[in-house]
Amino acid sequence: MSTFDTIPQTRKEALIEILLRLGDDRLIHGHRLSEWAGHGPELEEDLALANVALDMIGHASSLYAYAAELDGKEDEDYYAYFRDDIDFKNIAMVELPRGDFAFTMARQFLFSAFSYFLYDKLIKTVDDEQFNGMLQKHFKEIKYHLRHSREWVFRLGDGTDESHKRTQDAFDEIWMYTGEMFDMDEADKAAIKHNLFVDVTSFKDEWKNLVNETLEEATLSVPDYDQYMFSGSRQGRHTEHLGPLLAQMQFLRRSHPDAEWK
Amino acid sequence: MSDDTKNTEWPLWEVFYQPKDGKPFEHAGSVHAPDAEMALQNARDTYARRNEGIALWIVPSDQIIASTPEDVGPFFDPANDKPYRHPQFYSVPRAVKKRK
Repeated sequence: MSTFDTIPQTRKEALIEILLRLGDDRLIHGHRLSEWAGHGPELEEDLALANVALDMIGHASSLYAYAAELDGKEDEDYYAYFRDDIDFKNIAMVELPRGDFAFTMARQFLFSAFSYFLYDKLIKTVDDEQFNGMLQKHFKEIKYHLRHSREWVFRLGDGTDESHKRTQDAFDEIWMYTGEMFDMDEADKAAIKHNLFVDVTSFKDEWKNLVNETLEEATLSVPDYDQYMFSGSRQGRHTEHLGPLLAQMQFLRRSHPDAEWK
Repeated sequence: MSDDTKNTEWPLWEVFYQPKDGKPFEHAGSVHAPDAEMALQNARDTYARRNEGIALWIVPSDQIIASTPEDVGPFFDPANDKPYRHPQFYSVPRAVKKRK
């Protein structure tokens, strides 16, 4: 018998869904960042990228572990290694190939800025002690991810002609994937009813202001917020990039399901 | 940042960290970074990611004034035969010991 049997089923399902959505964004983004290990532009930045990757995978791991407890799964590895692409609920932005360093920093900045406002609101709202405790712990690291990527956007945008061009290209390319961060569906609304999530559109203006200020200071032009936006990833309609990522991430565990670190 | 591509190496910075409140800063090592803010972040990622300290100092390496190997003789050797400069050289009176 689990201690969670006392939680009403609808609340439990809503909570699991939110834990997995947050976890999937962070696991997939973290995996993309981990692809930089050994390829960073400088030794110090190589370490920084690996640190951020580990932070994000760590966030995913704790969110999954709680979901597994609620969901009666053995452990968090189930969600990372034994689901197929259609079951992953991450937004497409985080599954895009890592690209060059400018692309990596542009994406990190846009996503960390979103996470910053999201977690800030979630911490004030989430009515679940264990979940809220995790959010508070992750929030400190998110602040650092935002600071690190934002400082790089300034330097790359307002750097050489080459770095400026690459950074502008990166923001232009990612732009159509930013809309998904602010998409809301029935699962979000169900979680909001139980005080387990927030209306993400409520902080869209704050996010936009930070993005506008940052890009302006970095001498970059802000792409059009009203352009066509990709959507559907949270419901499992992903880009062609997620499958190969999962194949690489999952194959070892699936080939040797009982393997252990010795 | 300048467009100067002749020297692509970032400047070197020395990193000092404070292990705990009130403790002296200790030298951790050095990092390369394009400017002060990035030096601070690189120092954090290189030397303070395993809970080593609670504060960091970053100093441009070329701002450190260092003694040279030639200074070893005149600077440090004379102290070799002057044990009386250590407090341990003096025996502590019994009355003081008792008070401990």
